[in-house]
Parts: sequence; structure tokens; C-alpha cells
Amino acid sequence: MEDYPIPNLFIRGTEVNYLFVCPTKLWFFTHGITMEQESEWVDLGRFLHEQRYANEEKEVLIGPIRIDFIRKGDVVEVHEVKMGKTIEKAHEMQALYYLYYLKKLGINAKAILHYPKLNEKKEITLEGGEKEVEDALLQVEVIKSSSRPPKPVKKSICNSCAYKELCWG
Amino acid sequence: MRKKPLTILSDGILLRRENTLYFENEKGRKPLAIEGIYDIYIYGHVTITSQALHYLAQKGIVVHFFNHYGFYDGSFYPRETLLSGDLIIKQAKHYLEGEKRMKLAKAFVWGGAKNMERNLRRWKVKANFSEELEELKSAEKITEIMNVEARIREKYYASWDETLPDGFKIVKRTRRPPRNEMNALISFLNSRLYAMIISEIYNTQLAPTISYLHEPYERRFSLALDISEIFKPVIVDRIANRLVKQRVMRKEHFREDMNGVLLTEDGMKRVIQEYNKELSSSVKHPKLKKNVTKQRLVRLECYKLIKHLVGLEEYKPLVAWF
Ligand code: SF4
Repeated sequence: MEDYPIPNLFIRGTEVNYLFVCPTKLWFFTHGITMEQESEWVDLGRFLHEQRYANEEKEVLIGPIRIDFIRKGDVVEVHEVKMGKTIEKAHEMQALYYLYYLKKLGINAKAILHYPKLNEKKEITLEGGEKEVEDALLQVEVIKSSSRPPKPVKKSICNSCAYKELCWG
Repeated sequence: MRKKPLTILSDGILLRRENTLYFENEKGRKPLAIEGIYDIYIYGHVTITSQALHYLAQKGIVVHFFNHYGFYDGSFYPRETLLSGDLIIKQAKHYLEGEKRMKLAKAFVWGGAKNMERNLRRWKVKANFSEELEELKSAEKITEIMNVEARIREKYYASWDETLPDGFKIVKRTRRPPRNEMNALISFLNSRLYAMIISEIYNTQLAPTISYLHEPYERRFSLALDISEIFKPVIVDRIANRLVKQRVMRKEHFREDMNGVLLTEDGMKRVIQEYNKELSSSVKHPKLKKNVTKQRLVRLECYKLIKHLVGLEEYKPLVAWF
């Protein structure tokens, strides 16, 4: 981890996202219990991505964060492509975390969330959100370091979740 | 597209040209849609080129080999892509800590016994294992558990025998080599089931080598042996029972060999056909509230084990409700 731009911060964007999706999922994911390779959902996302946004600088990696694509200008634009809005909060917090991370590196940026299936966009700036990001990062740490996963709680997204059979079967 | 198992009974070569996998023999060269293959079961004399193996590894396809008696020989188990250090540590911990290991070992035997009882009820035989299961509770060593298990199995075969047609009695369960038809049939199916369970484990983060009822050094994939305790009655015994009672398998589908009684090639074909049909048939899952195939039930069993190991929910083996 020494070569990370911010040495003490190696939480991935996905982890912040999952915190708001489902803490159980976050625990499984961070403990190497992953299922995504079987989810058609993920493949569809990848497909949409390749079709629509072929000309951008894609999959930019900065330490632990992996940004879908970046447009450089006066203000750097961080773009994230999302499938649907059911877990909007998770997307927003993920984007907010990216902006937070970039700011720590001295880069001013704003984020744009793309919902190609809904033909919508949403702009996000960090202003005033630092505290919220820091809280979230702390919570991610707490859940990850727990020796057992948080008990699953049934919610509507369980139905489209790759972990459904693990949690509820 | 749902991925399916591929069974190769004939002799030939598996090779790769560009991005296509082919099976070639004197009948010609047949392309195989790799994206649709879940795993491969090879019974014939098959040569596999290294390119083909690389390709299969890349796609995470497990290949199982059987000798010409239909017994399991070994698997090509590609490099694991699903790894969880944390889960492996927990799996090992459950082996090392006596209490934890006993609990799981008993669960496998208990589940197997319950499923045998279920079968006997279906076959209208009056027998149960309440006595043996009482003893199981108080067992304190793995060897004691194994003893109880052996007695259950003996009683089970004797009871099942009452319903089997003449010429297809199990009488005394014999393995390698099987001495009669029913034993040959059960052994053949057990080998196949064992291999399938290995494939399912491969698709989870469970380490196939750490087991509880069986010793990890007993066989390379000893966890599959543990899990097969649950599924042998549910899958193998039911198929074997049906095949002989419906006279799909008859005397002519077996042959004598100096190594005992074996299935003929036509016999193997019949069994595999029935096996595939059975495994792709679905049952309604009471908790998931959807149809799942019988094969998927094995995966769900792996998931239940994972949940037990990570401390989410105590493992309760599948008891067939269907
Ligand atoms: S199935 Fe539901 S509880 Fe389980 S990880 Fe997914 S969202 Fe969380």
C-alpha cells in the first residue's frame, strides 16, 4: 500500500458504494466472497459502457479508486455510469468519495453520474460533503474489520442482488 | 444462456483452434460452444491439447476424468479465481477446533440419514434411524460418528433391498470392484455425483481440501465427500431405484469383467441421460420462493456452509422436501 497517493486511505469506491447498498454485501465483498462474475447485470453495465462512451479516457485508476472515465478541463470531470437509480444514495456517496480523494491530492473536480438507461445525468460537487464522506469511511472500516458479517436484512434490492442465494437460500 | 455439463463418452481429441473448442474423432470435427459449458466429464479415451487446456482454464471450466469402468480418476481443476483468505482460515479453524468439527461432521451424517429415511418412506418401507441418530448425538469422536454412519447405511440398504426387483438387490454394498449390478450402478452414479460436487465447490470460495467428516488427507477433494453424504440418497439412490424399477436398466446393460460387474457402454449412456435429466429438473425452493435445479441445490448447500463458517447461520443440511 506504500505506493498509494494517500498512504492511509485505501478504501475502494465500490466499498463506499456497498456501504449504502447493504453492509452485508460490503462485508462479503471485502472478505473475498464475491459473486459478481455470475451476474448478468454487471455484464450489461460493461456492455452499455463500451457502447456509449468509447472515446473517453476510461477506467482511470488512482490508488484505490477506479473512475469510469475522466474529462479534463478547468475543472476535472469525474464520470460514472450507473444502471438504475434504486441505490442513488450509494452512487452519490461513491462519487463524493472520489471528489474527496481528488481534493486531498489537490485536484478540484466535480462528478457527473450518468444513467444512460434513463437518459439522465446528475452533477455532484464536494462542497460541504467532507464530513459525510469521513463518516462513511469510518463505517466501512468498522464493518470490514468485524470478524463476522452483519446479519442480512431483507430489502427490495435483495431480489436483484448477486448474493441473494447466499443470504436467503 | 444456462451453462450445461458436457459429457464425452467416445474417444477422440479435444483441441482449440482460434477461439473455438473442438471435439474431433473419426466422425469428424465438432465445434463446442465454450460459453455454454459448465464443466466436462470424460469417460472415453480423450487426448486434450495443451491449448485446449489453457482455454478451459481461462474460462474456469473443470474437467473430470473417469476410467473405463466409469470410476472417478481425477480432475483438471483450474487455478482458483474465487479466493477468500478469510474463509479458508475459518474453514481450517472449524477443522482444528474439536467441537466445531464434530458439529459439522454430525450434521453431514444426520442429513444423509434423514434423506435415506425420506427415500424409504417414498419406497414404502417401514424403517427409521431414530436409534442410531440418538447415538450420533452423543458421539464424541469422528470414529464413533463413522461407526454410526456405517450402521445406518447397512440398515438402509437392507430395507431398500426389500423393494428392489430380483437380480437387482444390493445385498452387500461392495465397492471397487462392484460385485453385482446394483452396486455397479450406485458406484457409477456416486462417482459422477462426487465430480459434480467438485465443480460446484470450484465455483465458490470454499477450499475443496478442508473437510470435517472425512479426513482432509483421505482424498484430494475431501469436502466433496462430506457434501455427497447429503446428496447421495437424494440424487444417486433415487435415480438408481427408478432405473431398475422402470426397467430402463436391465441385465443386458451390465457386463462381467474379471474386475467385477460393470456397466456396458449403452448402460452408461442410459444412466447419464437419466442423471442429466434429473439434475436439470427443478423443485420449488421454499425459502427462495423460486424454482431451482437439483444441481443448484448443491451450490446452495455450499452457500449454507459458507454462512456457517463465517458465523452467520448454523448449518442445517438439506432434507429433501420433494
Ligand atoms: S441479498 Fe440482500 S442482504 Fe444479502 S447482500 Fe444482497 S442486498 Fe444484502
